[in-house]
Amino acid sequence: AAAPGSEPVLVAPGTVMDRFVWASGLLEINETLVIQQRGVRLYDGDDKTKFDLGTVLLSTHRLLWRDHKKHDCCIALPLSQIIFFEEQAAGIGKSAKIVVHLQPVTLNKEPGPYQSSKYSYIKLSFKEHGQIEFYRRLSEELSQKRWERISVSQPMQSPSRSQDECFPSPANVWSDAVLKLYMEEKAFEDLSQLMKKAKEMVDLSKLIANKIKDKQGDISEDETIRFKSYLLSMGIANPVTRETHGSGTHYHLQLAKQLVEMLQVPVEEQGGMMALTEVYCLTNRARGMELLSPEDLVNACKMFEALNLPMRLRIFDSGVMVVQLQSHSEDEMIASAVETVSEKGFVSSEEYAKLVGISVLLAKERLLLAEKVGHLCRDDSVESLRFYPNLFLTQD
Amino acid sequence: MSFEWPWQYNFPPFYTLQPNVNTQRKQLAAWCSLVLSYLRYHKLYTIDVLEVQESSLFHNKKIQRKLPIEAIQVVFEELRKKGNLEWIDKNKTRCLIMWRRPEEWGKLVYQWVSKNAMTNSVFTFYELCNGDDTEGEEFHGLEEWLLLRALQSLQAERKAEIITLNDSKGVKFF
Repeated sequence: AAAPGSEPVLVAPGTVMDRFVWASGLLEINETLVIQQRGVRLYDGDDKTKFDLGTVLLSTHRLLWRDHKKHDCCIALPLSQIIFFEEQAAGIGKSAKIVVHLQPVTLNKEPGPYQSSKYSYIKLSFKEHGQIEFYRRLSEELSQKRWERISVSQPMQSPSRSQDECFPSPANVWSDAVLKLYMEEKAFEDLSQLMKKAKEMVDLSKLIANKIKDKQGDISEDETIRFKSYLLSMGIANPVTRETHGSGTHYHLQLAKQLVEMLQVPVEEQGGMMALTEVYCLTNRARGMELLSPEDLVNACKMFEALNLPMRLRIFDSGVMVVQLQSHSEDEMIASAVETVSEKGFVSSEEYAKLVGISVLLAKERLLLAEKVGHLCRDDSVESLRFYPNLFLTQD
Repeated sequence: MSFEWPWQYNFPPFYTLQPNVNTQRKQLAAWCSLVLSYLRYHKLYTIDVLEVQESSLFHNKKIQRKLPIEAIQVVFEELRKKGNLEWIDKNKTRCLIMWRRPEEWGKLVYQWVSKNAMTNSVFTFYELCNGDDTEGEEFHGLEEWLLLRALQSLQAERKAEIITLNDSKGVKFF
């Protein structure tokens, strides 16, 4: 690094780590901490640097990095230097990264860790994740450019102030909270976020709209309205999320309880059984923002039995998974299927689905179950697959 | 008297091989029984598989159902296991059907022989199958290869001995 007061080295465009300057890690007055993330390594272009494990901090004005052990080893660069940045997805054995492209160094820059660098970008490697939120905050800061409006000055040097003061002061905590709220409100003003959420919503809505459409032929308008209204009524104020309840079994436990509460009425109305795919759509539609992954849903449902909840996850021979009410009697279901089939002479899955008012998938499973216990037999022809009462066993 | 089809013949599921094991067992038993009684009625002793597939035995035009070839093979295998069927060729395209097993035929022949007090007599195969004396008997019209097997079973019981006459086969009863 050039000693203070000496001529700084003029470097050609295309160099990087030299943008950083040594910093005290203290925030300047009017500079606000936005977000920090541990477990970050810095890369000079594609090369690893000696700054291999630390905390990256984003403020309204700068991007800082501080060694996780040696807090006095802290470097910073002004946000104004950032031209643009992009994500680099994680790979096998590789953490996710954010690649930050920088402007050429200015002539009168303060001393920094590198004299020059052959790259024009740096990378932040997130070994303990957190890259998604960091990326989001960085986008916001770069779009708002608060450093242009808020001028900062050096904090008053106080010997009693320890180097740990990169942690926000009470004043900063308050402003952070306000900031967070502000940004959540404005979440949809970030167009890319909006597009992502919109697509999820559109897909879910289409799915549900089709289901409603299918039912509309045979059920009354009243029932359609009822179906729509219980979808709306399932809004959950505080979705159980990984953040609030951690990941792993505790999360799934809470989720399981929440699911049962939410699903009781819809599953009952469907005759005591609902395909897991339908459950997935209903729950995510109700949750809105904090969507569930399929794995989380399955894992939560697997806990029903252990938690003594009145529902069960059931897997048919075909692999189809359903959520079933505990009170739901299998024998009753089979008996009613046989009765219906006997009345009609024979049914196909589609016909049976219409007769009973359930999905074709569940209708087929029910008929297959009745066949499995020997109460129905099948007629598989070019016309369709039909089920008959099993006269082979009853008529001799 | 025209052939009487069993109730299963007009039941569409009869023409789908049932996945449920117990149901299938009943279904196959019904098919075996139908095949044997049909062939007995028509006095058929050999079957060509491709031909029979299109016959009314396996193809019910009225309800538009046909037993698929894979299922026919399963039915034939059942019959083979029960001793009613024998494949003529390795490719299993033609088979001998014994809607009565050789032992059963042997019994009938022997019954006739003893009833008419003809033990110790000698007969040619032709006489037994096609002679005037046996007309009206169930074994009348029996194909010679089957009569041979029937007599072989009697031979095993020492109730008969197959002998070779001048240029044909014959049998002596004891």
